Amino acid sequence: MAEDGYNFAYLDEQTKRMIRRAILKAVAIPGYQVPFGSREMPLPFGWGTGGIQVTASIIGPDDTLKVIDQGADDTVNAVSIRKFFARTAGVATTEQTEAATIVQTRHRIPETPLGAGQILVYQVPIPEPLRWLEPREAETRKMHALEEYGVMHVRLYEDIARFGHIATSYDYPVRVNGRYLMRPSPIPKFDNPKMDRSPALQLFGAGREKRIYAIPPHTQVRSLDFDDHPFEVQKWADVCAVCGSGESFLDEIVTDDRGGRMFVCSDTDYCARRREAGHTGPATRDAETGGA
Amino acid sequence: MMQEAPPLLSARGVTKFYEGIPGCRDVSFEVWPGEVLGIVGESGSGKTTVLNCISARLEPTSGTVEYATRHDGPADIYRMSEPARRLLMRTDWGFVHQNPREGLRMGVSAGANIGERLMAVGARHYGNIRQAANDWLDKVEMDTGRMDDLPITFSGGMQQRLQIARNLVTAPRIVFMDEPTGNLDVSVQARLLDLLRGLVTDLGLAAVIVTHDLAVARLLSHRLLVMRRGKVVESGLTDQVLDDPQHPYSQLLVSSVIHP
Ligand SMILES: Nc1ncnc2c1ncn2[C@@H]1O[C@H](COP(=O)(O)OP(=O)(O)OP(=O)(O)O)[C@@H](O)[C@H]1O
Ligand SMILES: [Mg+2]
Repeated sequence: MAEDGYNFAYLDEQTKRMIRRAILKAVAIPGYQVPFGSREMPLPFGWGTGGIQVTASIIGPDDTLKVIDQGADDTVNAVSIRKFFARTAGVATTEQTEAATIVQTRHRIPETPLGAGQILVYQVPIPEPLRWLEPREAETRKMHALEEYGVMHVRLYEDIARFGHIATSYDYPVRVNGRYLMRPSPIPKFDNPKMDRSPALQLFGAGREKRIYAIPPHTQVRSLDFDDHPFEVQKWADVCAVCGSGESFLDEIVTDDRGGRMFVCSDTDYCARRREAGHTGPATRDAETGGA
Repeated sequence: MMQEAPPLLSARGVTKFYEGIPGCRDVSFEVWPGEVLGIVGESGSGKTTVLNCISARLEPTSGTVEYATRHDGPADIYRMSEPARRLLMRTDWGFVHQNPREGLRMGVSAGANIGERLMAVGARHYGNIRQAANDWLDKVEMDTGRMDDLPITFSGGMQQRLQIARNLVTAPRIVFMDEPTGNLDVSVQARLLDLLRGLVTDLGLAAVIVTHDLAVARLLSHRLLVMRRGKVVESGLTDQVLDDPQHPYSQLLVSSVIHP
């Protein structure tokens, strides 16, 4: 049960209805940023108040919530948000991607593919992809309306000119449904292909900038690129030291003060589940043989 | 001979009031394909106002501006759809500012500055865009080895060359220039004017160039408008106006120039 003194999931019903209307509009116009009356939340903006308001507006008593931060379920941020909803909505929470009906995320898309009926809620710091080149809001709105997106390639051009390849690796711009240019929030570009034609509903909430946008299920999401410099995701020479996965997004971890380091899955749930299923990586294999 | 084709641009009765203050009044003229029109006059006479009005940057209070579009013939630039107008502005037209900061994207390289318009109209091949940038740096007589440098690292004269290259890359038919050499030293100015004259001739470009410098006007423009207090007081072939001015104000303007 939810704690007394709060409305279910903290927000009052009128606010939730207002946010749901914004979400419905966002779903109807994939990738389009819908303004909404962002509310004060009992967490600072950097903590994903946009995502929290979206989650609060769509969550019901029967939902099961998973919250990740950089792929991990156990960071302070993820734990606080999970506790917040457990307290204010009394909903079940989980760390298992496939057991969740709603996944709220900061900076990652789970490795385990999302299915129909699941909703992924992104916390967005800066929603406007054109902001770097145009500070005026009226002008960026016009550029969206007129599909004046060519200048976005100027940035990619500059990357190639400077680094020999497109060096942008987070918050990599995409076109949604062949129409709106969209910032996917600071997820690694490794995750961009997961957005494309996902059977899950993807909702994006920016609290400070008061914008909501969405990718409905099965919608085309294309990462911008050049004909002679096609879009590519990050690759690693290593596999996960713990679970041996060669397919997941790896974080580099410093293991001692003598320059020792290893690569492990950023998605903690995915990695733990692989371990449970008996997979091993270089580090866990060494430990096992060393112990034998 | 020029007059056989329809005018590229025609301004009729263009009047602009800034909240009651007149910027320009009842200005009418044509620009023909390949023609360079100079607008001269003292500070505050309305040159920039007229230039902005005819280049879709400032809607006149009254009067019309027509442009001969490639596909649909003459069209009122303030009545056409906004997408059409914006497309025109970044393909068929160019605008060179006195202050390069207004005309360049200072945060990206020279190559990106030149490539921007190409990308805006759909170019998606990095190698081709780069080649075009290289060619244009060459055409404006800049060192192609500096393609990846930021505009901030260039001299004022080079920044103006870059602005010109960035505009001409889409092969516009008309370029609007507001005091393009205004911020430059005399010697740098002379070289830029030579370059501009060469480009305009080679490319058959039409141009409207605003300047308070009669020497610049004489060097570049075929025809001249003399403005005073928002009105055109005299117009005609450049040499005629400068050598034999009819209006007392033009006479004063010409005589006040110190001849070398
Ligand atoms: N934004 C504005 N608001 C109010 N008045 C303006 C504005 N811009 C120009 N004016 C006025 O309109 C008149 C014409 O100005 P304009 O800038 O067109 O002259 P100009 O010939 O380009 O002058 P300069 O040689 O100094 O650049 C002047 O009286 C000026 O003060
Ligand atoms: Mg001026």
